[in-house]
Amino acid sequence: MGNLTPEMRLIHEEVKELARNYGLDTYDVVFEVVDYDELNMIASYGGFPTRYPHWRFGMEYEQLSKSYAWGLSKIYELVINNDPCYAYLMRANSLTDQKLVMAHVYGHCDFFKNNYWFSKTNRKMMDVMANHGTRIRKYMDQHGVETVERFVDSVLSLDNLIDIHSPFIKRDREPGEAPPMVQETPKIGAKDYMDRYINPPEFLEEQKQLLRDEREQHFRFPQEPTKDVLKFLLENAPLESWEQNIVAMLREEAYYFAPQGMTKIMNEGWAVYWHSKLMTQHLLQPEEVILYCDHHSGTLATSPGQVNPYKLGVELFRDIEERWDRGKFGLEFQRIEDEDVRRDWDQNLGLGREKIFEVRKIHNDVTFIDNYLEADFAADQKLYVYGFNERTRQYEILDRDWTKVKNQLLWSLTNFGQPSIYVVDGNLGGRNELYLYHDWTGVDLQFEMASETLKNVFSIWRRPVHLETREEGKPRLMSFDGKDYEFRELSPSKEASEIVGTESGKEGSQP
Amino acid sequence: MVHRIDKDHNRFREIVRGRIKKDLKKYVSSGEMIGKQGKKYVSIPIPQINMPRFRFGKNPEGGVGQGEGEEGDPVDGDEEGEGQAGEDEGQHVLEVDVSLEELAKILGEELELPRIEPRGNKAVETIGGAWRSIRRTGPESLRHFKRTFAEALKRQIAAGLYDPEDPKIIPIPADKRFKSQKMVTQPQTNAVIIYMMDVSGSMGREQKEMVRIESFWLDTWLRTQYKNIEVEYIVHDAAAHIVDQHTFYHLRESGGTKISSAYELCLQLMKQKYNPFEWNIYPFHFSDGDNWSSKDTEHCIDLLRDQIVPAVNQFSYGQVKSAYGSGQFIKDLQAAFKDDERVVCSDIQDRDGILPSIKEFLGRGK
Repeated sequence: MGNLTPEMRLIHEEVKELARNYGLDTYDVVFEVVDYDELNMIASYGGFPTRYPHWRFGMEYEQLSKSYAWGLSKIYELVINNDPCYAYLMRANSLTDQKLVMAHVYGHCDFFKNNYWFSKTNRKMMDVMANHGTRIRKYMDQHGVETVERFVDSVLSLDNLIDIHSPFIKRDREPGEAPPMVQETPKIGAKDYMDRYINPPEFLEEQKQLLRDEREQHFRFPQEPTKDVLKFLLENAPLESWEQNIVAMLREEAYYFAPQGMTKIMNEGWAVYWHSKLMTQHLLQPEEVILYCDHHSGTLATSPGQVNPYKLGVELFRDIEERWDRGKFGLEFQRIEDEDVRRDWDQNLGLGREKIFEVRKIHNDVTFIDNYLEADFAADQKLYVYGFNERTRQYEILDRDWTKVKNQLLWSLTNFGQPSIYVVDGNLGGRNELYLYHDWTGVDLQFEMASETLKNVFSIWRRPVHLETREEGKPRLMSFDGKDYEFRELSPSKEASEIVGTESGKEGSQP
Repeated sequence: MVHRIDKDHNRFREIVRGRIKKDLKKYVSSGEMIGKQGKKYVSIPIPQINMPRFRFGKNPEGGVGQGEGEEGDPVDGDEEGEGQAGEDEGQHVLEVDVSLEELAKILGEELELPRIEPRGNKAVETIGGAWRSIRRTGPESLRHFKRTFAEALKRQIAAGLYDPEDPKIIPIPADKRFKSQKMVTQPQTNAVIIYMMDVSGSMGREQKEMVRIESFWLDTWLRTQYKNIEVEYIVHDAAAHIVDQHTFYHLRESGGTKISSAYELCLQLMKQKYNPFEWNIYPFHFSDGDNWSSKDTEHCIDLLRDQIVPAVNQFSYGQVKSAYGSGQFIKDLQAAFKDDERVVCSDIQDRDGILPSIKEFLGRGK
């Protein structure tokens, strides 16, 4: 498999051997050499050349090919999380670039295989995507391109409404029988004369309430608020079977791509770490050094007002490696305040390599930053928080305080920097209306867009839909009943937010 | 494989142009990338369709950045594209990439113009490319080793980095030279457009402007249909002259009108330069319809019937409305060539009439 030239095949063998010796653990990697246009095309399809037809991929393609044609950007690597792991190389690249990319790909592939957040992804996604393509094409033949595409559009506009943690949660207790009506209060067995001490009236009342709640919860629909809006729609909206299948397929694709969004910084950082290690210590020939440095520094270049995930990721991995090599962790180290002592601290533990392998196994971007980004690192990397200054009408550096930097970063990474939306009630007022709840964390929705999105929810649910959110902290209700859209104030309802029981609390946690 | 993305791409383009799925049109936004062409900065339009989603609004816009600077310093380079694009040199940014071809395509689609079937086949010659040229950018695989080496050598000598004892030449990216293909275009089928315009006193500024707009679009469309196209301009009042493009659009003369003078010159031109067996000929004549005498009109019709029309693909007459003209000429022509498909007359009342008139002229695919 693959179509490498003999020369490249030799390099591949070498890279594979080196990667294995360093302990990288990958699926088989298949390299495919393609020209720039094919690469742009495959990239437009998110790496899967056999995907279903959709104009969005054409849009992607236009952007990629224009920006390539004008020399603004060029895709170096494209790796697919699959077993075997497929990776694409651009034919016109120099051999040095191909080496770099191959080494980089091995980093990604190790990450895909071993990072916990990828453990539930389907490793035969190439086939799955092809099947999805075939099915959607078939539906287009049966029901017309317009009809199917319109439905796909609606679902795509909701495909961020999934619960990225749900693959890891065991749930779906079989919806057994409802708990019985409260007739007799369950008592703790006791002799008559002890009864009023062991089962005092307050206790009995509490027990009754618990049972009532449990019963009420059983009849609530959904029983617990769910963030997996797509799943709820899939199971409960009045859809035809082809529509149901489309929701199921697009939801599956969304879950497949989600871990890549959750680990962008780590994944790229890990790949850069390994390409730079393999290249500088083993693969580079003297005449290739300049080209390599040029391209490597291009990858890690930072521009103001942006965080480069490649740069942040690799620097943090290297920082962790160094800290664990020198024993710069734990209580003893943290208590040291003298900067010189801190800097020169070295216990020669040599635990770095082991540590970074562990980190790449169990973390995602949020926990990675949360656990390892510290004051020294933020200062070394010159990180800052910026914001818009209304007075000067420009973006300005606000703060270099590392806790603020960290908070801002974490905020932007949590839930992919997107609002959390829950289904709270699928049978509002017994009228089969859908009630969604936005867990407001200090930032308002883009209301115009939200109203359009709500219309798309309606086009799937087909009964009136509502979204509870807030505008500058004040409760609002957006409703669409198929004809009219309404945006109105809501008397502060504590109910929904209590049902959701948010982790972040109701006050704004936006730094 | 490539075919598949083309289909998706076309569908996207059609949505952007509002031809299909009009309900998505409202989500289309026009982004841009800043690119560089030579020393000029150019804006490359990137239309996008943003599907609605539940997203955060704008209020606390901000984020984390990396780099030098004090608190309160502005954060630059938040624009798209390359860093300081358009800043250092205060350059004008040009719109690019709506190529004329694309415009013509849109025009063709809007007006549902048929493709023109060329008449008469001159031997078709192909377009060849030879690797004869050198460029400063290109893929590594086309790097010209000797040129690159020479550039690096020159630079190192100039910078005093060259040591004859230890002649190490290290090229930097700016030294690189790449082989490049030089396109050699050769004519396939030939076409000539002969524009004739009445510039007599009755043709005012507005009338000329209408002719200008119309002929630009005619030109654009015909250019997409033929690889090699010649354009000739004739102006006339009582006498006709061959002029260049600039004069054609700007000249204002006063005086009488003798349309036959233009037709005679046109005929003469065809005899001298454009043999009808080798050329597809498209004469267009614009006037306000006022001729000197009905006798001259008769002469015109004779010229057309006997000599011009049989030799050309299509003869087109566009009559723009003016305050002074009688507008008689179009009626005479229509009467004389009622059943002749090769003669197309179009009455252009005002600017809104331009588009339908183009369709009348080009709608027959001749």
